[in-house]
Amino acid sequence: MSHQMLIAILLLSPLVGFILNGVRFRSSNYLLAGSIATGAVAVSFACAIALFMQLVGLPPEQRRLTVSFFEWISVGSFKVNAGFVVDQISAIMILIITGVGSLIHLFSIGYMHHDKGVTKYFAYLNFFLFNMLILVLGDSLLTMFVGWEGVGLCSYLLIGFWFNDSAKAAAGMKAFITNRIGDAAFIIGMFILFMTFGTLNMHELNGLAPTIMESSWLGAVTLGTLMLFIGATGKSAQIPLYVWLPDAMAGPTPVSALIHAATMVTAGVYMIVRLNPLFVVAPNTMMVIAIVGAATAVLAATIGLTQTDIKKVLAYSTVSQLGYMFLAVGVGAFGAGMFHLMTHAFFKALMFLGSGSVIHAMHEEQDIRKMGGLKKYLPITHFTFVLGWLAIIGMPPFAGFFSKDEILWFAYSSPRGHILLWIAGAIGATLTAFYMTRLMALTFWGSSRVDKSVHPHESPLVMTIPLMVLGLLSVIGGWVGIPHVISEFVGHIPNFWEHWLEPLITKLPEASQVAHSATEEWALMGVSVSLASISALAAFIMYTKKAGAADKVANAFGPVYKLVDNKYYVDEAYFGVIINPLVSASRDLWHYVDVNVIDKATYKITDLVRGGGSFVRSLQNGNMQQYAMYVVLGVVIALSYMLVG
Amino acid sequence: MMLSLLVFLPVFFALVVAIWPQKSTVRHLALGFSIIEFLVSLLMLQKFDSNSAALQMVEKVSWIDRFGISYFMGIDGISLMLVMLTTFLTPIIILGSWKSIDQRVKGFHSALFILQTAMLGSFLAMDAILFYVFWELSLVPMYFIVGIWGGSRRIYATVKFFIYTMAGSVLMLLAIIFMMNLTPEVTGGVMSASLLDFYKLEIPFISGDFFTTQTMLFFAFALAFAIKVPMFPLHTWLPDAHVEAPTPGSVVLAGVMLKMGTYCFLRWVIPLFPEATEHYGWIFIAAGVIGIVYGALVAMVQPDVKKLVAYSSVSHMGYIIVGLFTMNAYGLNGGLYQMLNHGISTGALFLLIGMIYERTHSREISKYGGLASALPIFTIIFVIVTMSSIAVPLTNGFIGEFLILLGSFQYSPAVAAVSVSGVVLGAAYMLWMVKRVFFGPKGQLVLESEKDAHHALHDLSAREIVVMAPLLLMIFWMGLFPNHFMDYSKVSVDYLIKNKMNYSFPTGAEQAHTEEK
Amino acid sequence: MPSTSFLTDISINHYLILSAILFSIGMAGVLLRRNIIVLFMSIELMLNAVNISFVTFSHYFDKVDGQVMVFFVMTIAAAEAAVGLALAVSIFKRFKEVNIRFFEHLKG
Repeated sequence: MSHQMLIAILLLSPLVGFILNGVRFRSSNYLLAGSIATGAVAVSFACAIALFMQLVGLPPEQRRLTVSFFEWISVGSFKVNAGFVVDQISAIMILIITGVGSLIHLFSIGYMHHDKGVTKYFAYLNFFLFNMLILVLGDSLLTMFVGWEGVGLCSYLLIGFWFNDSAKAAAGMKAFITNRIGDAAFIIGMFILFMTFGTLNMHELNGLAPTIMESSWLGAVTLGTLMLFIGATGKSAQIPLYVWLPDAMAGPTPVSALIHAATMVTAGVYMIVRLNPLFVVAPNTMMVIAIVGAATAVLAATIGLTQTDIKKVLAYSTVSQLGYMFLAVGVGAFGAGMFHLMTHAFFKALMFLGSGSVIHAMHEEQDIRKMGGLKKYLPITHFTFVLGWLAIIGMPPFAGFFSKDEILWFAYSSPRGHILLWIAGAIGATLTAFYMTRLMALTFWGSSRVDKSVHPHESPLVMTIPLMVLGLLSVIGGWVGIPHVISEFVGHIPNFWEHWLEPLITKLPEASQVAHSATEEWALMGVSVSLASISALAAFIMYTKKAGAADKVANAFGPVYKLVDNKYYVDEAYFGVIINPLVSASRDLWHYVDVNVIDKATYKITDLVRGGGSFVRSLQNGNMQQYAMYVVLGVVIALSYMLVG
Repeated sequence: MMLSLLVFLPVFFALVVAIWPQKSTVRHLALGFSIIEFLVSLLMLQKFDSNSAALQMVEKVSWIDRFGISYFMGIDGISLMLVMLTTFLTPIIILGSWKSIDQRVKGFHSALFILQTAMLGSFLAMDAILFYVFWELSLVPMYFIVGIWGGSRRIYATVKFFIYTMAGSVLMLLAIIFMMNLTPEVTGGVMSASLLDFYKLEIPFISGDFFTTQTMLFFAFALAFAIKVPMFPLHTWLPDAHVEAPTPGSVVLAGVMLKMGTYCFLRWVIPLFPEATEHYGWIFIAAGVIGIVYGALVAMVQPDVKKLVAYSSVSHMGYIIVGLFTMNAYGLNGGLYQMLNHGISTGALFLLIGMIYERTHSREISKYGGLASALPIFTIIFVIVTMSSIAVPLTNGFIGEFLILLGSFQYSPAVAAVSVSGVVLGAAYMLWMVKRVFFGPKGQLVLESEKDAHHALHDLSAREIVVMAPLLLMIFWMGLFPNHFMDYSKVSVDYLIKNKMNYSFPTGAEQAHTEEK
Repeated sequence: MPSTSFLTDISINHYLILSAILFSIGMAGVLLRRNIIVLFMSIELMLNAVNISFVTFSHYFDKVDGQVMVFFVMTIAAAEAAVGLALAVSIFKRFKEVNIRFFEHLKG
C-alpha cells in the first residue's frame, strides 16, 4: 500500500471508531464497544508498523514520507495544508501511541466493563488517539496545534468522564483551562515564527533556522521558541502549569495511563525535538527549558514523597519524569529526551495500568494506606509492577536505567549542561527511588491493612495481558539505546536509537570543545545508581520492616513535611493570587463599570434630554396670554435683530 | 432583478402571513417561505462570480432625482456571505421558535420577515439613503419582537436598544447628508447619494487635527456602527436586549443584526475614510481589545446563562473589530469569517438556551447542575457548540479567531498578546458555565422535574435536533474547509486591502487586468 | 424736526405713531386683561391700529392696495368677532366664567 493510503487509514481508523461508538453512546455493551475501539487502534498500529517498515527500507537521509490531503487555510501568504509527515521522530511516536494505545484499549475492556458509559468512554478514547496522531503527524505547527488542542479537549472529556461528581468535572475544566494558557502562548509562538520565517511548516522552519546563535533574549527565534515552550509546559505539566495533571487523575485509570502518562503529556517534548534545529540556535530558551525541567523533576518528586493516593503518586512521578525529558532536551540531548519519552511510556503506562488493576481489585479504593500485602492476591499485577518499579528507579538493565542515565550524563557533560543540573537530576532520581519503593511497600508488601469487607482478586486476562506486554517492554525497551561505554564493555552492541534519529537531530555547535572521559561516565552512573539503590533500600526498610518510622521522620521535619504534604500550597496560591481576585475583579467590573459607570452615564444623558423636555413643557402651561407673550417676544427679537443687524 | 427579489420577497411573505386565515398552519407557511427565500439566495450564490471583486447583479433605478438618490443595489464577496448567513438562519429561527412563540404568531412571523428584508437590504444597498432606510427599518420589527414577545423587563430593554441605535444613526444620517453635498465635486455638479460616488470623493484629511472633514465624518459613521456592533464601552444595551428578547429575537440579534455593524465598517468606513481609519484605527483596536477581555471577564461572573452568552458576544465582537481595523489580509479575512462563525455559534447557543428555558423556565446557572445525565443529547450538542464558541481547532471558531490574532500580531505584537488572553478567558467562562449547568450533582431544577411528572425533562425532540443539525454541520464544515467559504469573499477582501487608499469597485476590464497580474 | 412743526404739520409719522400706540394698547390688553370680552375688544383695537397704518400708507404712496387690505381686515375682524363671541358666550354658558386664566386645560 502506498504510504499516503497508510497514513490516511492510520488517522481515520480511530475516527471511524469514534463515530461508530459515538452514535450509539447510550449502549452499555462493553464487548462491542471495546472491540470496535480496540480494533480501530489495532488497525492503526498495523499501519504504523507498515509505515515504520517502509521508513526502514529507505536510505537514512530520505526517511521522510509526506502526504497532503487538502489545503486547509489559505489567506494571503499564510497557507497551511492538511499535511502529514512520517519521519524518524514521528514514526517512533505513532508506534508508541498506537502500540501502547491498543494495549490500554484492551485493558479498558476489562476495567470499564461495569461502567454504564462504556461506549462513550471508548468513543472518547478513540477520538483522543485520532487527535494525538494528528498532533504527531502534522507537518506544520498549525496542524500540530489542531491535535494539540484536540487532545486537550479529549483530556477534558475523559477527566470529567464521571461528570456527576463535581470535583471530577472541575478537574477536567482545570486541565482544559490550564492547557489553554499554554496554548495561548503556543499561538503567539507560532505567530513569531511565522512572521520571522514566513512559514509554519516544521520541515521548512528547521531548514530556515539561522546558523548563528541568538544570544539576545529578545531575538525572534528565542522569543518564538520560548513561547512554544510555555505551550509545552501547559501540555506536558511543567512548572508553572503542572497543577492540572495530579487533578487529572479523576479520570478512569486507563485514561491516566494513556493520556496522562504515555502519550499526550509528552507532546511538549516531542514538539521540541521536532523543532530541535530552531531550539538549538536559541541557547537562552534551552537554558530555561533545562532549568524548568530540572526544577520540575525535583519539585514533583518531593511532593510524590507524601502522597497517599496511588494514582497521585504516579501522577507526580509523571510530572517529575517529564521534567527529566525537558532537562534532556534543554541540554541539547534531544535523542535522550525522546529515548526517555519512549521508555517512560512503557513503564509508566505499565504502572498506571497496574494501579488500575489494584484499584479494580480493591473496589475503587485508591488510598495506599488502606492497602498492603496485596502481593499474594495479585501476583501478576505485582510482578509486572515490580518490573515497572525497577525501570523507573533506574536499575540496570531495565529500560529506565538507560534513558535516565543518558539524560543525567548529558546534563553533566553537554556543553549546555551544568553540574548543578546533574545534581538536581541525581536528587530527583534518589527521591524517585524512595517514593516508588514506598508505593510498592505500602501497596504490595508488608502487612495487609485492607478493609475486611474488601476481597482483592487478580484481574482477568484481558487486563493482565497488557500488563505483561508492557512489563516485557519495560525490561527490554532500553536495549535499543545502550550507551557507548557499556556497549564497549559488553561487546559492541550498536546504539540503534542514536543512528535512527541522527539525521534529524542537530548537533550542538559547541560540542567539540569539551572532552569527557569514559571514567567520568562510569563514575556518574555508579553514583546515581547507588544513590537510588540506597534510597530504595531505606524506603523499603522504613515502610515494611519498621512500622512508625515514617511518621517519626515526618514529625522530625514538621513544617517542611506539612509544606510538602500540601503540595507547597501552589494550588492555593493560584487561587488566592490569580483566580479569586480575577473573579472578584470581574464582578466589580460588572457592577461598577457596566452598571454604575456606563449605564449611569447613559442615564445622565437621558436625564439631560428629559430635563430639557420638561423645561420646554413648562413653557406650554395652557395660559393663552403667555403664549401671546411668546409671540410678541419673538416678534420683538426678530425686529430688533433686523434693526440692529 | 435577483437582488430585489431576494430583498422584497420577505415583504410579500410578511403580507401573506399576516392575512393568512388559518392560524394553525401559519408556522408551516412561514417555514416554507423562509426555505424558499434560502433557495433563492442559493440560486444567487450560484450565479455569483467569486473570481471578481466587482459589484455584481447591479440594479439601479432613479428614485429621488433632485438629490441624486437612487434605488441602487449590488453584491460583492463581502456582502454575499452575510446575505447567505441571513437567509440560512431564518428558517432555523422559525423552526426553533415553533413552541416558544405561542401568542400573536402571525404578527411575529410578519415582523421576522420584515426584519429579514431590512437586514438583507442594508447588506445590499449601494445608495446611502437607501441603505439608511433599511438600516433604520431593521429597528422597527426588532423593537416589536423584543417589546411584545420579550421577558418581564422588555420595555426597558427595547427602549434602551432603540435609543442607543437611533442616537448613532442620527449622526450617520448627518454625515450622509454632508457627503451628499460634497458629491457635486466628482459627479460634475449633480448631487448623488450613490456609494460609488462617495468612493470617488477625496475627503480632506489633516493628520492630528480632529476637526477635519474626514475625521469628523469617520467618527460619525464609526460611532453609529460601533453602537450596533456593539463595541466597548457602547455595549450595555446588548445584554439587556438579549436577556429580554425571546429566543428567536436573540438569535437574529446576535446572528445577523450585530454583523450589520461590523459589515458596515468594511463597506463604508474603511473604503470611505482610509486615512482616518489608518490614523484613528488604534482607538477601535484598543476598544476591541478591551472588549475582548472585558466581555470575557464580565461573562464569567454572570448568574444568568443568557446574559453570559450576551457578554461573550461582546468579547467575540471585540475580536471582529480588532480584525477589521488591523487592515491586513489576515485580520480582514478573519474578521469577515468570524462574523459568520459568531452568527452560527452564538445563534446556536441562544437556540439551545431557549430550548432549555422552555423546559425549566429558568436561566439561572445556580439552579441548574447535573443536566448532562438528564438530557444527554442536549448536552452533547451544547458542548460541541461551546467548543466552536471557544475556538477549538476543526470548528469554525478557530479559523476566524486564529486569523484575527495573526492579523493583530502583524499590526502589533502587543495587541495580539492581550487579545490572546481571550482564548484562555473564553475557555474559562464557557467551561465553567458548562460545568455548573451540566455536570456535578443534580441541581434544584433537575430534582424538581424528577418529582413532578408534568415537568419531567425530555431530551431534544426530533424538531429540535433538526434545528440544530444544520448549525452543527456548518460548525464542522467551516472549520474543516474554510476555503469553501472564503473563496467567495477572498477576492473582494484582497482587492479592498490593495486599493484601500483609493477604493472603488473594479469594473470588468480592470478586474481582468488584476487577475492577469 | 422742530418741536412746533411736529404739533402743527401732520405728517405720516403722526399716523404711524398713533397706529403704534393703539396697537400697543391693544397688545397690552391682550396680554394683561383676563376677561375674554375685553380680550376681543383689545384684538379689535390691534386690528384697527393696523388698519390705520394701511390707510396711511395707501394715502402716502397713492396706491389703493392698502385700502383694499383694510376691507379684508375688517371682514376678517367681523367674522372673528362673530365666531369668537359665539364661543365666548357658549363657554360662559358652560362654565359661568369669563376669566381667561380659568381655561388652562391645554397645557403640556
